[in-house]
Amino acid sequence: MEEKIKQKEQLLLQGNVACARGALAAGLDFFAGYPITPSTEIAEYLARHLPKYGGKFIQMEDEIASMAAVIGASIAGAKAMTATSGPGFSLMQENIGYAYMAEVPSVVVNVQRGGPSTGLPTKVSQSDTMQARWGTHGDYNSITLAPSSVRECFDLTVRAMNLAEKYRTPVVVLMDEVLGHMREKVTLPQPDEIKVINRWKPTVPPEWYQHFEINPHYVSPMAIFGEGYRFNVTGLTHDPLGFPTARSKEIKDKLDKLRNKIEHNVNDIVQVKEEFMEDATCAIFAYGSAARSARQAIRMARQKRIKVGLIQPFTVWPFPEVYMEHMSERLDMILVVELNQGQLVNEVMRTNCGKTRIRKLNRYDGEIITPDEIFHKLREVR
Amino acid sequence: MEQMTQVTHRYLRTKKKFPSVWCSGCGIGIVFGAIIRAVDNLKLGKDQIAMVSGIGCSSRMPVYADFNTLHTTHGRALAFATGVKLAKPELHVIVITGDGDGLAIGGNHFIHSARRNIGITTILLNNNTYAMTGGQYSPCTPFDKFGTTAPFGNVERSFDPCDLAKGSGAVFVARGTTYHVIQLQKLVEKAIMKRGFSLVEVVCHCSTIYGRLNREGTAVKMMEWQRDHAVSIQAAQRMSPEKLRDKFLTGVLWDIEFPEYCEEYEKVIKRAQGKVNL
Ligand SMILES: Cc1ncc(C[n+]2csc(CCOP(=O)(O)OP(=O)(O)O)c2C)c(N)n1
Ligand code: SF4
Ligand SMILES: [Mg+2]
Repeated sequence: MEEKIKQKEQLLLQGNVACARGALAAGLDFFAGYPITPSTEIAEYLARHLPKYGGKFIQMEDEIASMAAVIGASIAGAKAMTATSGPGFSLMQENIGYAYMAEVPSVVVNVQRGGPSTGLPTKVSQSDTMQARWGTHGDYNSITLAPSSVRECFDLTVRAMNLAEKYRTPVVVLMDEVLGHMREKVTLPQPDEIKVINRWKPTVPPEWYQHFEINPHYVSPMAIFGEGYRFNVTGLTHDPLGFPTARSKEIKDKLDKLRNKIEHNVNDIVQVKEEFMEDATCAIFAYGSAARSARQAIRMARQKRIKVGLIQPFTVWPFPEVYMEHMSERLDMILVVELNQGQLVNEVMRTNCGKTRIRKLNRYDGEIITPDEIFHKLREVR
Repeated sequence: MEQMTQVTHRYLRTKKKFPSVWCSGCGIGIVFGAIIRAVDNLKLGKDQIAMVSGIGCSSRMPVYADFNTLHTTHGRALAFATGVKLAKPELHVIVITGDGDGLAIGGNHFIHSARRNIGITTILLNNNTYAMTGGQYSPCTPFDKFGTTAPFGNVERSFDPCDLAKGSGAVFVARGTTYHVIQLQKLVEKAIMKRGFSLVEVVCHCSTIYGRLNREGTAVKMMEWQRDHAVSIQAAQRMSPEKLRDKFLTGVLWDIEFPEYCEEYEKVIKRAQGKVNL
């Protein structure tokens, strides 16, 4: 692969730009979007740079259309992505649901701002965590990744593109206003250090091809339009050929497949980053920009000889269930820090089953939570 | 007739997907036949065609067609099709939509696709109602006509889809009917071959729902109405406004040249790559 962007030198990069560069590094071919703060820089960067590599950028009439165009492009063979914030993420839900149902590789970046509704266009929030899991109607399993630094914006966008291709599913990248707009010094990996995954293509002759084949991997090979396979894609519940069905067995098989392709591959999908956890007796559980303050608070606590560590889930969904069950047994207390009124803390409690103390610290006034606040809370609840 | 049927059968997913969901006597099958014969006559390979639709009786068409087919969400066909076309401009992208799908929930995508002049052929089957959901009034239900949600008569004005497309920037606009099948096939052929956004509105009878609600009689009666009220644009030029009062125009209503979106975007790529001076 030709070197997409020079990535050797130390750079001062904004999170949004790192995200866009990650997408390019993972082989992005197509971007459709609609301007919205605080995500717009992703679109602006790609409008300028994507065509350099022969990719296509289009500004659609709204976010509903943006997600639709992303899906159409992906079915025509492109690696496709969109980026937005809360109000646009809400509009995209209809077609994100289509992408789950029709199993279309696609990446949706949500640079979160405060909500509900138009909310706080320029202020930070992590209040779309549950929407990323359950935003569209119906039963399905979501993959959602949450970076907490500029470098992670790059890395997790690469990973999101790869997981989308590997599992034929939409993948959400949950950033937030602080991450999107802050600048950090980073060195980006060389192209040959970046693992790029492409979708699994069919090798059977067209007569045998089933676009939604049920197989032991729960992921079907994916032909694209214009290469002789002439399959049907629909958002109606369908049989393995892609034709609408009302047979209960076929309905159940389809919904099981959507669940199993995630649940049977959690070990491949789930990633948790640990810091100071070797000797920790308690931990802070935080993701996204809240994890940055948590890290600093832990350094402060360690100076006071408090044995606390950081659990930072890169995969918010699927929730790192097995890992957290294990942690509940090992730790005396887990403090869940989020920039919302308490969303992922409910998952921590669910998997904890009363085994250890769970405490929470939440801020939802548009400001970033400070290390001091976390440190004081930690001292109080330890 | 037999010859016509044989051609049609070559393009149907006969082994997989029949019988269809359509009522007997429905006009949608006639439109489907005309599209297939147009494709056959133009000698376009099946692999070169992507048929994209929304939701509705009319939008079920792609499921039965042996093309690359994409049955999307309600109203969004043109937005999905935009992604398909831009990612693979060599495909002939044909969008099948209804009056509700294309002009109510999908109205915004309709005007913007036309404005962009992206190379998509849109076939809008206008049966003046939301047929699939049982006959509610649509943006194309005429004033004073009935729908299940307009039980005392419709008090909204209806869209003229052709005027709307023209006003939004479409480069080719035509209207046909399910009665005039040969003309319809020719219009579809022209629309497919046109570079840029083209629209063919088809006056399409739905006797089961719209016909019954408005006492318009059988499918045959509704087609006879089309025969008696359609005037080709050429014939209209020789007719007085008085005579044209309760008629509607058919044929190619608008045909201009304007650069197609995907071709223009190729130039963007060249500029971005520095192969063209800005
Ligand atoms: C978001 C959404 N809203 C409503 C519906 C229900 N619905 C299905 S078909 C349809 C109307 C279709 O009307 P039209 O496009 O004119 O097609 P026709 O059935 O008349 O051919 C509606 C409202 C839906 N499927 N999705
Ligand atoms: S309800 Fe009307 S439009 Fe739908 S299939 Fe029946 S006749 Fe056709
Ligand atoms: Mg209709």
